[in-house]
Amino acid sequence: MSVPAISMDVRRVGDSIAIVDIKGDVTAACEPVLMSAYEAAGGASTSTLVLNFAGLEYMNSGGIGMLVTLLVRANRQRQELAAYGLSDHYREIFELTRLDEAITIYDSEESALVGAAK
Amino acid sequence: MTELAGPEGAASAEQIGLSHREATATPPGHAPSRGATAPRDATSWAPKVDRLAVGQRAGVRGTNVAGRRLTGPVQGFGKMWQKTYRMDIGSAIEPAAAIALWRSNFPDFWPKGNRFAGALTGINPGDVALLDLAVGGGVKLSTGVFVLYADNESFTLMTPQGHMFAGWITFSAERAGDDTVVQAQVLMRASDPIYEVGMTLGGHKKEDKFWVATLRALGDRLGVPGAPITADTSCVDKKRQWRHAGSVWHNSMVRSVLQTIAAPVNALVRVVRRGSSGTREETAGPVQDKE
Repeated sequence: MSVPAISMDVRRVGDSIAIVDIKGDVTAACEPVLMSAYEAAGGASTSTLVLNFAGLEYMNSGGIGMLVTLLVRANRQRQELAAYGLSDHYREIFELTRLDEAITIYDSEESALVGAAK
Repeated sequence: MTELAGPEGAASAEQIGLSHREATATPPGHAPSRGATAPRDATSWAPKVDRLAVGQRAGVRGTNVAGRRLTGPVQGFGKMWQKTYRMDIGSAIEPAAAIALWRSNFPDFWPKGNRFAGALTGINPGDVALLDLAVGGGVKLSTGVFVLYADNESFTLMTPQGHMFAGWITFSAERAGDDTVVQAQVLMRASDPIYEVGMTLGGHKKEDKFWVATLRALGDRLGVPGAPITADTSCVDKKRQWRHAGSVWHNSMVRSVLQTIAAPVNALVRVVRRGSSGTREETAGPVQDKE
């Protein structure tokens, strides 16, 4: 297995929202990094986890599968998943795989935070 | 089977319907509509489709695919499973070489009795393949798959509504130490309550046998017969998604059984129609001659 070229930094916005800034390549190999970020962001008080894909450089089908796994974990904790910063290309992939039906996509961090607060 | 041919009976391009990608003439790996530089994966993903479009292909019934939407694990009904089948093929074959062979000869490795009618060019993003799967009792389950993603070291198929499972299966190869390991990994939920019962009553075992047999056939072609194969199954989500129980309407198994029963009647109707249209052609003949 190659070392994943990715970083995921967690920011908290208030008590109930956490943002994960994703930079680099999202593949199945980066599952440990994503799950660590989730652990850091997904405390009991977190109701919405927002994924910032503005720094996304590459994603394969293994990466999409990993997001499904993350979605299951979040739903188990009754947490919502949201995303923003997707280029048109990656937004189309979310639509193609119908992941957009479970992960709400926003245009910006601002709109994501407004949506998450509702 | 020949090296480049599709499944049995898929003899020529004329006989084989165009895939979605071919039909819409979209270049493989469409470029993103915004931004100066295309992402590295731009050529690997299929163009977005809302509903599948595919023509008739020789060697398969070809029903239960056209007009269907794609379904991922999010849209499925049953428990979510991840199944991983791995085969160590030694150090002599590079991952890209293994995947190239697998992509270009994909139908050849399927177990006997099952048919995969894909595009002549192999597995490419956006292609739609038609399947006839042996489910026992002389019934063929007719469904299809969509090529969601393909690159040098992996490719992924996604299922349409009515398929036994909602999800995707990724075929990949990678170096693990000195050796190359090829892998088939399924991430799926049974599409509806009927399939969920079926999976519990032997469906999972049948699927295990199917993919092990596929890897074994691939190993034979790669020159490593009897290569060790491992199967690992884990339940990712034990919850059933009852809001998707209505997917049973699209159930390709039920529809395939009905299509099998109705086949003799449909054949008779076609013969009658052909007879009556032949009469019309005879009548129209002289008119054409006049031109």
